[in-house]
Amino acid sequence: MNAEEQHRRDLKLIADLVTPGSRVLDIGCGNGELLEILGTERDVDGRGLELSQEGVNACVARGLSVIQGDADRDLADYPDNGFDYVILSQTIQATRNPGGVMRDMRRIGKHLIVSFPNFGNWRIRLQLLLGGRMPVTRTLAHKWHDTPNIHLCTVSDFVSLCDELELVTVDALMLSGGNVRHASRPGWRDNLFAEESVFLLRRR
Amino acid sequence: MAETVNRAPSNAKLETVTFGPDRPLSLDCGVALTPFTIAYNTYGELNAEKSNAVLVCHALTGDQHVANTHPATGKPGWWDLMVGPGKPIDTDRFFVICPNVIGGCQGTTGPESINPATGKAYGLDFPVITIADMVRAQTHLVDHLGIDSLFCVAGGSMGGMQALQWASAYPERVFSAIPLATAARHSAQNIAFHEVGRQAIQADPDWHGGAYYDHGTRPMKGLAVARMAAHITYMSESSLFQKFDRNLQDREQITYGFGPDFQIESYLRHQGFTFVDRFDANSYLYITRAMDYFDLAAEHDGSLAGAFKNTKTRFCIVSFTSDWHYPTSYNKQIVHALNAAAANVSFVEIASDKGHDAFLLNEPEMFATLSGFINSAAAQRGLK
Repeated sequence: MNAEEQHRRDLKLIADLVTPGSRVLDIGCGNGELLEILGTERDVDGRGLELSQEGVNACVARGLSVIQGDADRDLADYPDNGFDYVILSQTIQATRNPGGVMRDMRRIGKHLIVSFPNFGNWRIRLQLLLGGRMPVTRTLAHKWHDTPNIHLCTVSDFVSLCDELELVTVDALMLSGGNVRHASRPGWRDNLFAEESVFLLRRR
Repeated sequence: MAETVNRAPSNAKLETVTFGPDRPLSLDCGVALTPFTIAYNTYGELNAEKSNAVLVCHALTGDQHVANTHPATGKPGWWDLMVGPGKPIDTDRFFVICPNVIGGCQGTTGPESINPATGKAYGLDFPVITIADMVRAQTHLVDHLGIDSLFCVAGGSMGGMQALQWASAYPERVFSAIPLATAARHSAQNIAFHEVGRQAIQADPDWHGGAYYDHGTRPMKGLAVARMAAHITYMSESSLFQKFDRNLQDREQITYGFGPDFQIESYLRHQGFTFVDRFDANSYLYITRAMDYFDLAAEHDGSLAGAFKNTKTRFCIVSFTSDWHYPTSYNKQIVHALNAAAANVSFVEIASDKGHDAFLLNEPEMFATLSGFINSAAAQRGLK
């Protein structure tokens, strides 16, 4: 599976967590790929928030409703309970205030879907342990000084943030290589072996 | 965006229509205005289903000549970068209508028109009009053209206010709306700048309490000052710096006098004095007043979201980073309200140093956004 296929698979995994016909906000929606899949395959009424001009233009040209803005600053403008699902795909690690973003998501959406690269993966641990250098991997391809990923976390870190925010894990997908494992309560093995993870959460 | 060949729009038609006593215009101030005339231009062809009509609304000092050479000034249409063959609002695909607003001075009934009750120009006897009145007048025109539902209503600045008013008051008649560089309400600062302009006009002895038509004069100095003050608000500090800085006008050194030593002074004087040739001072009073009175939320118990309840219209809102007249924050208030109303809304803030006037200028990112929006909306509407 090449990077592009893997990316598509990840989007499909997220789309499959969404109940058909629901209202969805995709934060950091990029060029609108996920929103388009959700619209065509899950009959979703979707909205997006995207920082880049290029991404917004691509979305608007696809007929998607997307607002140019920033997860850290602009989520405050969204009304309470406006969406069935709020999705944050591969973006949380690039926000300035992940806890604040998650609180806003909890307020806006009945369900939250968050995907992120697991910094607890064994390859990353080994790179730091044996190489003594900040890890650079397929999912985290930037050098430490020019990375947008300023708030990396492990699966276990994320689980404890969810506990703090009183969010219940409905489903969690642990991805490594081509494998997907469902874990309602990810443990130390997931924290060691998952390369990426996708959490479906709801308020307690 | 690829450069398009600049062809004149095909089938540009310059028309007027007069609505008689059977179709009076009910104004917000309580007056029924009759008869009234709307001067409008159209470009392109209305399709058999009458589903491809785009209404373009002009700004404060604009007119119906959006995409044709202005008959009086000889200048290109004020938005010919946006409207024309192969442009984002493509006159080869869409039937574009651009009317002069009620209260205007380019052929639509306004204070310069003859009051049938007196046989003289209305002057200040013309009733005070609002943005809602402008839009109500346009519904008469759209009805006259036999169009039930507009594919799109587009405009910047005051044109954006009309687009918002259309979408709010007649949601079933507006498939998509493009309000650019605009506001859902005039701020104290906006009103303040307008008041400076109005005071300048009224302070001109040639104004004669608005009855200058009868005195054979025109308050040109007052109107020019009004235009100069307003024009500053349409540009950004950085664009003034780049264009003029402190450069001197046709002289080597300052003159220790009050002539136009600086290029910016000369530029503003030119802007002021060319404006008075094409604009009526009383129209300036009435139209600025209409903008000041605009507050879309006020009609909905202070809730802007209430103005767009259950709307099915698709919106694309655009602001510009250096616009301090209708800054991004004003435009975002509209986006915020549309979000709260669960509307289909897209929003971009275009990086530009051109200030408020950017919406009229060559901003490739704006064209890219709007082309994408219009093309996808056209596909959703089933338009070719």
